[in-house]
Amino acid sequence: MKILVVDDEKDVQVLFEQRFRKEIKTGEMEFVFAFSGEEALAYLNSHEHEAVLILSDINMPGMSGLELLGHIKQKYLKPPPVVMMITAYGDAENFNTAKRLGADDFLTKPVDFTLLKEKLKTIH
Amino acid sequence: MIVLFGYLRNNLQTKTLYPQWDKIIFGGLLLSVALLIIVTTIKSSQVITPWIAHAMFFVIIYLSLTRKEFKPTISIVYAIIPLVAINFLEDVVRLISINFFNNWEDYFKTAGIFASIWLVAMLIINRKQRKALEKERLKTAEKDKEVKITESLKEALEVQVAERTQALTLQKEELQHTLNELNATQSQLIQSEKMASLGELTAGIAHEIQNPLNFVNNFSEVNAELIDELTQELEKGKIEEAIAIAKDIKDNEQKINHHGKRADAIVKGMLQHSRSSTGIKEPTNINELADEYLRLAYHGLRAKDKTFNASMKTDFDVSIGTINIIPQDIGRVVLNLITNAFYAVTDKKKNLPEGTIYDPVVTVSTKKEKGKIKIKVHDNGNGIPSKVIDKIFQPFFTTKPTGQGTGLGLSMSYDIVTKGHGGELKVDTKEGVYTEFVIILPL
Repeated sequence: MKILVVDDEKDVQVLFEQRFRKEIKTGEMEFVFAFSGEEALAYLNSHEHEAVLILSDINMPGMSGLELLGHIKQKYLKPPPVVMMITAYGDAENFNTAKRLGADDFLTKPVDFTLLKEKLKTIH
Repeated sequence: MIVLFGYLRNNLQTKTLYPQWDKIIFGGLLLSVALLIIVTTIKSSQVITPWIAHAMFFVIIYLSLTRKEFKPTISIVYAIIPLVAINFLEDVVRLISINFFNNWEDYFKTAGIFASIWLVAMLIINRKQRKALEKERLKTAEKDKEVKITESLKEALEVQVAERTQALTLQKEELQHTLNELNATQSQLIQSEKMASLGELTAGIAHEIQNPLNFVNNFSEVNAELIDELTQELEKGKIEEAIAIAKDIKDNEQKINHHGKRADAIVKGMLQHSRSSTGIKEPTNINELADEYLRLAYHGLRAKDKTFNASMKTDFDVSIGTINIIPQDIGRVVLNLITNAFYAVTDKKKNLPEGTIYDPVVTVSTKKEKGKIKIKVHDNGNGIPSKVIDKIFQPFFTTKPTGQGTGLGLSMSYDIVTKGHGGELKVDTKEGVYTEFVIILPL
């Protein structure tokens, strides 16, 4: 399973790679990182259907996570990938907008990796 | 003689001034009246009476010439002297030799006439002089009167001046009081402006602190796991694996430290912003300062307005190093300009017809140029209309809806840059296209 992680914080890459070191080692999961919405879209356009899951930060400079979500769910070729939203603000407005735009799941920071692993396994 | 005594009394005002002399003169007056009666009634007395009269004349002349009190009569005395002298001489000559007298009688008569003319002339001159003196006296009296009037006017004026001074002092005190109140209000306003900008920052600060804190928590959790794995590997005797894990732990530790410091810097920056300025210039990395406030402002707006979206670009001149500024104050200026820039692009985006392609961009750049530091904040918003461009640095001028802006941001910024740092704050704008504020600081 290829997972695209979108976040403007570069250290997210190190964190995910360490948190999922066992899964990466066994080849169970493969992670790709994008540091902006624009970068994520560019990757999805050039690697169609490769990434099955996108974890996106809502609060990013430039294209926000919600805009990215809209692009993916409305314009991306079918079947659209599963999109999980992650944000620092667990407020109702963001949650509702994300749901309306078609987000499959919604997580708040700090990410509970145990919970995330369980969720990923059910999708798998 | 009678006339003379009468004149003496009048002229010297002896009644009031010299009562003793008055009695004597009055006595003389009576005596001369008596002499006149005697002369006209008893023929034989003519031998003695002239001598008494002569004696009286001499006494009067003597007194006039020697006594201070009789000084005013001196002119009269000069007038009568020739007549008295001739009469006396005539009587003496007549007494000594009647023949001689008879021979020279005509001369004596002529001398008597001349003496009489002299007397009359002297009297007339004296009268004239007295009149002139009287006039002079009247004039002096008039002048005295005028002086008195002037003095009373002066006094009245002095009273008025005192009253006015009192009123002015009161007014001055009132004004001073009002000024103090205004000063207090101003500092309150400045404080509330600071708090308002802090409010704009709060959400940004929350976001900026939350992120590093998440990393600190996440990496420390990872490390806990890694240490368990490390122990397992060691138990299995896999030294190389253990060394690899140990290296990861160390890397993570650095990440924890890095993000901890990041959060620390943000909290410090926030405290610095809310704290009143130290007013002390210190070496500051202007690029870091600008970057920090750019991020805070961005995330603050993002958190407040979910639809807010803008690209932030930076172009920092790394050759600047540190410059001597009051970091809280310049930070406030930079924040204010950035917030305005974001407000401008958001406003433009909101008012554009749907479907219009517009990419809102706020650029912060620094440059070292000709011994000066330029900090530019550029936005591609709607620009500033030319009719308000002159007012933007005035206190309380705002184009924002009521309650959204204090109108103090730019005026405070202007004061901080010009008065506080001897720099310049310039604006360049094209309506509908862009706005660029430039802070120019001397090195």
